[in-house]
Amino acid sequence: MPETKLVVNGEERTVDVDPSTPLLWVLREQLKLNGTKFGCGIAQCGACTVHVDGTPVRSCSTPVAAADGAAITTIEGVAGEDGTRHAVQAAWVEHQVPQCGYCQSGQIMSAVALLRDNPDPTDADIDAAMSGNICRCGAYGRIRAAIKSAARA
Amino acid sequence: MGKWTRRGFIAAGVVSGGALMVGVGIREGHRAPKLAEMMTEEGETLVNVWVKLDADNTVTAIVPHSEMGQGVFTSMTQMLADEMDADWDKVTYEQAPAHEGYANYPLGREFLMGDAKVPGFVQDSLNGGFLRIAQSMSLQITGGSTAVRFTGMGGMRIAGAAAREMIVKAAAKTWKVPAKELRTEKSHVYHDASGRSEPYAAFAELAGTYSPPTQPKLKSPDEFKLMGQPLKRFDIPSKTDGTAAFGIDVDLPDMKYAAVMGPPVLGAEVQGVDETYAADMPGVIKILNKGNFVAVVADGYWQAENAVRQLDVTWTKTGAESLSGGDIYAMLGDAIDAADGKGKEDVAVGNASRAAENAASVYEAEYRVPFLAHAAMEPINATAWVRDDKVDLWSGLQNPLAVRDEIAGALDLKKHDVTIHNVMLGGGFGRRSEPDYPLMAVEIAREFDHPVKMIWSREQDTQQDWYRPASVSRFRAGLDDEGMPVSWENMFVQKHDPPEASHIPYKIDNQLIQFTTADHHMRFGPWRSVDHTQHGFFIESFIDELADQAGQDGYTYRRKLVEHAPRYLAVLDAAAEAAGWGRAVPDGRGLGIALVDSFGTVVAQVVEVDVTGPEPKVVHVWCAADPGYVMNPDGFTAQIESGIIYGLTAALYGDITIEEGAVVQSNFHDYPILRMRDAPEITVKLINSGAKVGGGGEPGTPPIAPALANAVFAATGVRVRSQPIANFQEGLS
Repeated sequence: MPETKLVVNGEERTVDVDPSTPLLWVLREQLKLNGTKFGCGIAQCGACTVHVDGTPVRSCSTPVAAADGAAITTIEGVAGEDGTRHAVQAAWVEHQVPQCGYCQSGQIMSAVALLRDNPDPTDADIDAAMSGNICRCGAYGRIRAAIKSAARA
Repeated sequence: MGKWTRRGFIAAGVVSGGALMVGVGIREGHRAPKLAEMMTEEGETLVNVWVKLDADNTVTAIVPHSEMGQGVFTSMTQMLADEMDADWDKVTYEQAPAHEGYANYPLGREFLMGDAKVPGFVQDSLNGGFLRIAQSMSLQITGGSTAVRFTGMGGMRIAGAAAREMIVKAAAKTWKVPAKELRTEKSHVYHDASGRSEPYAAFAELAGTYSPPTQPKLKSPDEFKLMGQPLKRFDIPSKTDGTAAFGIDVDLPDMKYAAVMGPPVLGAEVQGVDETYAADMPGVIKILNKGNFVAVVADGYWQAENAVRQLDVTWTKTGAESLSGGDIYAMLGDAIDAADGKGKEDVAVGNASRAAENAASVYEAEYRVPFLAHAAMEPINATAWVRDDKVDLWSGLQNPLAVRDEIAGALDLKKHDVTIHNVMLGGGFGRRSEPDYPLMAVEIAREFDHPVKMIWSREQDTQQDWYRPASVSRFRAGLDDEGMPVSWENMFVQKHDPPEASHIPYKIDNQLIQFTTADHHMRFGPWRSVDHTQHGFFIESFIDELADQAGQDGYTYRRKLVEHAPRYLAVLDAAAEAAGWGRAVPDGRGLGIALVDSFGTVVAQVVEVDVTGPEPKVVHVWCAADPGYVMNPDGFTAQIESGIIYGLTAALYGDITIEEGAVVQSNFHDYPILRMRDAPEITVKLINSGAKVGGGGEPGTPPIAPALANAVFAATGVRVRSQPIANFQEGLS
């Protein structure tokens, strides 16, 4: 099988898997980065959101071959190098956003991308950026408040 | 080393390293004969709550519940630490392992002592219920909104208070001063008269030699320091950086992966499996026919899932293949017809039929709700490692002890040869109280020497669920010449739990509530708030119709019917006031109200809906909730918000339908979930009435569907008598 090169959270990694394997399962099973979650497998819920060259993508529906050579950021790579929480993570704690927490890696990855591109999002911007991420515990109000709070940070 | 109390048993002792342990539980010789029978092994002790005080003055609460989003580790620990006067900065928790020692004693006690009934879903999950009394104590349930009101009130607080009293007694002895001259604060004992103070740990060893107090004195609310405070949850930081470990994240040496496929028509068996394509697919290790499901075990989950989808499985016919479309509602309606007004009696007060005959007018309506899946974010999964004489299982479980017993039974092992490693649950909502999936993982893993992680696809998760049942409910009310009800007659299909879900909060002198049954193949599962999800909608829609018949608004009408119950009145008023009930709303908008008392918590909600778009959009929900006393206001508010959104998804979109006996929906594209852009603003008002403490996880859910339906009526004049509500206009044609 052809090798695929990935730069994951700043670290160069080489994997030897079927190129059609979704990036999600490569991250979780080959690279043991379990923070990225499986939710639906068809890009409907956003639990598997990671950044590929800075763009939030659904890793459950992204073949690993499509990420060959790309820089990938997962939830494990969001904090500062010294371990300082990202402003979004800090806001998530401040607003006590997570309940079961399963969708939150994906929510945070979407929110980090939103704020990087749009430091002062309106409610409509938040709706547009975050409606691809389902939260079954219904923490939407807290997610919205936390994003606004992180924008001010 | 222990003393008996009416409530049970408080145990204490010193363990290695000088740590003091104090627990609450029961053991052999308890005077309640049914409890005594449960301790079948010599020296067996059932202890459900422990607190440990370490030499470094750290206090650890051991919590016998599962964390599935409700913040239970924090609220339980908070209750214990407050009674103990512990320093919150030096308090931590551990989740109790699945062991009888941590069985959910208050649940069992309330059942066995006869002052409350264990929710029926608990019995269902024990394969036949409480046939064996010993087995009946194998409860470590997270469900029924029980944590705070049973474990917290009956265990955590007592353990904390007992520990504190023993430490004070030890300090008094050591310092040779009267105990009443001592005070405690932040895990220290103070003797102000002599200026002495020491950390609790200084007295741990001596305290451990004492018999625990038989009835430790609990604080009154004005003495609370931690209870009632919005303390931040322990588990949240780990849920922002990817380190929180869920069942699906379990990773073991030499572990392989399994994907499964169950029968499209629930109850069917495998008739044949054509492995032609799947057997040669990359990574495939073994294809298994397990009778009622098939599995592929492979090097990776993706490989296993791809292969299982290539299996050509034929299934036996069950007879349910003839069921399609609206057949289920016809079947439920037929069951009501067949009962012919003589169902199983639920509530009978006065003489409802005579009152209806003598009433100025009579009003009737029928409502129905569909099947619902749970759709927790984390798809069902379990990891098992089976050896000759030993099983280890890792999975997010709402009922770990029952699962342990079922595995032991299935493999003919002793209970203690089965170890359950509980992990965080990526949502439960009742689904994870069923033992089907851990047993499947064990069935697969017993074919191998290595561990196997079974993961269900979202499609399996949706189609192999234990469903909130579809139901039909028919009402007739007799009305006086003012339009107020003199009689309330109700017949519905299928009764589960809690038993009071079909009862009304309103004062109506003549009531006859009955139910009947209908047999179908769709398996029942508890779904957040269980029967309240149906009856909340049925009752609160019908009462709203009666209000309209009387020419009154829903709030004013309800108010007249709860004048006997100040707690209901206060909650109703608080929600109405918050929403500005009675104000003018723009064209295309409407306000609707509903009131439901569930799991000991009274909740009223007002919905403002906007019907100018293609689907009704909920703009704002105002909610008042009275759980008696709110232990953690922010955590409780989060649970109410969550209950509203969960109920709103169901009310707007939830619809599991059946074609030829099989569930049609498969994933989030056809089983839609409320998203950010459709999420309403939510305002929650909390009321501490001082009533007996109620639950938090479920009571937010029942009122939202009727409040929405009533708001749609206010906005459009169209009465919604079925769900999902998003397509209510389709029902008009």
